[in-house]
Amino acid sequence: MAKAAIDYLYYLRADKLPHMWCPGCGIGIVVKAMIGAIDDLGWDKNDIAVISGIGCTSRAPGYLDMNTLHTTHGRALTFATGVKMAQSTKHVIVISGDGDATAIGGNHFIHACRRNIDITEIIVNNNIYGMTGGQFSPTTPYGAKAATTPYGNIDPSFDLVELAKGAGATYVARASVDNGRMMQKLLRDGMEHHGFSVIEVLANCHTQFGRRNKMSDAVTMIDWIANRVVAKAKADKMTLEELEGKVITGLMYQNKERPEYTDEYDKLIERVQAKTSAKAGSGK
Amino acid sequence: MPQILALTGNEAVAYAMKQINPDVVAAYPITPQTSMMQKFADFVAGGEVDSEMVLVESEHSAMSATLGAQAAGARSMTATSACGLALMFEILYIASSYRLPIVMPVVNRALSGPINIQGDHSDTMGVRDAGWIHIFSENAQEAYENTLQAIRIAEHPEVLTPVMVTLDGFIISHGVETVTIFDDDKAKKFVGEYKPRYTLLDTKKPLTLGALNFSDFYFEHKATQLEAFNKSAGVILDVGREFKKTFNSTECYEFFEAYKMDDAEFAVVVLGSTAGSVRMVVDDLRSRGVAAGMIKLRVFRPFPHEELAKALKGLKACAVMDRSIAYGGDGGPVHIEVRSALYGIHPAPMMCNYIYGLGGKPIEPEHILSVFDDLKEAVVKKSFKRRVGYLNLKE
Repeated sequence: MAKAAIDYLYYLRADKLPHMWCPGCGIGIVVKAMIGAIDDLGWDKNDIAVISGIGCTSRAPGYLDMNTLHTTHGRALTFATGVKMAQSTKHVIVISGDGDATAIGGNHFIHACRRNIDITEIIVNNNIYGMTGGQFSPTTPYGAKAATTPYGNIDPSFDLVELAKGAGATYVARASVDNGRMMQKLLRDGMEHHGFSVIEVLANCHTQFGRRNKMSDAVTMIDWIANRVVAKAKADKMTLEELEGKVITGLMYQNKERPEYTDEYDKLIERVQAKTSAKAGSGK
Repeated sequence: MPQILALTGNEAVAYAMKQINPDVVAAYPITPQTSMMQKFADFVAGGEVDSEMVLVESEHSAMSATLGAQAAGARSMTATSACGLALMFEILYIASSYRLPIVMPVVNRALSGPINIQGDHSDTMGVRDAGWIHIFSENAQEAYENTLQAIRIAEHPEVLTPVMVTLDGFIISHGVETVTIFDDDKAKKFVGEYKPRYTLLDTKKPLTLGALNFSDFYFEHKATQLEAFNKSAGVILDVGREFKKTFNSTECYEFFEAYKMDDAEFAVVVLGSTAGSVRMVVDDLRSRGVAAGMIKLRVFRPFPHEELAKALKGLKACAVMDRSIAYGGDGGPVHIEVRSALYGIHPAPMMCNYIYGLGGKPIEPEHILSVFDDLKEAVVKKSFKRRVGYLNLKE
């Protein structure tokens, strides 16, 4: 039986539309997939907190009719950690850009991964600081041009999947805006995963990144992304030479064994309280 | 020959930075400062300066890198706005306590929350006790000239204190004006070469900065820092005089500009770009026979208490306009200072305070006119309707 069509407007603050993103911006595709994933899970929108920092991507919660918190640059995860600690049965989602999540917020990112707290972080990676005018970010590719690298970037870039894995995240996936269906599936599974989940989404910023790198419209840039990505199942059968210059998408890592942080916290309280009441009971 | 160019305030300051030719510049983008560093980056890319420029991962890092470079003997600069300045808070105190003469342009912008990117003074007012000198600008020309002077003030051997030069977000930073850019040679000669007495990594004179002080010496260090800070007042005036002479500048480079104050009965104290509108209103009132005047405060730290008290003494009534709030204090931060300056002065003018322009709320001549009307009415009725009020606030 065909599933009923998603009522997107139910999840959106229609009075805040139209949005402020450039025509053809990839963030809209991410928001659509995010709503699709939430709808698929059947979560009550009022049980969800969406938290963001600063930047183009961070404007998303402004359009979502959920519990939303628009915070400071790079620190969304710290606010989200507080929300999750206070309301551990609710769903906490962070949506960030690459500059927000991995430059100014890089420290918080690795520590959220390390704790394995049950938060889903969506990192919309468009390889640039879009809102402030196209400065290079920690994910700008080597050699690419940005407003602050007119002769090409010499900073090595982060591989966000490896970074998240290395730091301890227990669900790590990579999606891309050319494949909304796959993105929705990965977002859904990431949200359902009990632990810290990171979904990097390769997205287009043709306005700030593309314009400086011979891809000044959305279609050209999304094509560039589509031609670079290889799904994990296919990549597993390819040789290293064939994978040269390619980016693998799909579920990259999942660990269901590692304990989640708020669970550990509850267990700790239980253990210490049992000890104290045992002491009180023994009359000492 | 000086050049007359059409520049935004941010570009004008970038030109000052080009002539200062700092050894190291660290930057992190934040609206409305970004276009300043962008312009400076053009000068770096074009080989027009010798500066090493580094784009770091946050403002905390930008101020830290600037501090590190300055401690290592390099003339170093950065620039920021609002939340960026707030993120630097920790390092601002460290820079001033290390006595590092860093100069930082700050494009004034409202602090979150709610998030807002437009102009007000809450950012620099929030760091007013960090041990930095604060110099405000009315327009792009002043922002340019203040930046050049700031280097001389900061690096003066008796002062060695960091300086922030402020310009109002968007109104000055993004508004295009004609700006006179002085000859490079002349500007460079005025700024001079940076010759630090002590630097890190000088093996002949090894140095420790910021070593732990407990109750044994912390207080003593702070008192020494304050002594040097207070010496900056005289240096600010000296540098202003020399600047005017060197460049035949017509701007007022004292602690404040006293506009039509000699025989004034009513006056407004204001800082930043709004001074332009107040001046216009004063002229209009004068043409209608009202003895109006204006104090445009240029130097907020060190605050010129004595000089200001002298300038305000003969007035019937005076209003202070604040573009930020000091929560729980007596109105805004400028009002608190001015009121304190008038303690013990007889006869002191009647005095009130207006908060205005928060988060970029427009300030029009009619609002300033209403301030003068309130002053006149208060003198007749011998009291104010409200001692601390708002301008252009939706009721």
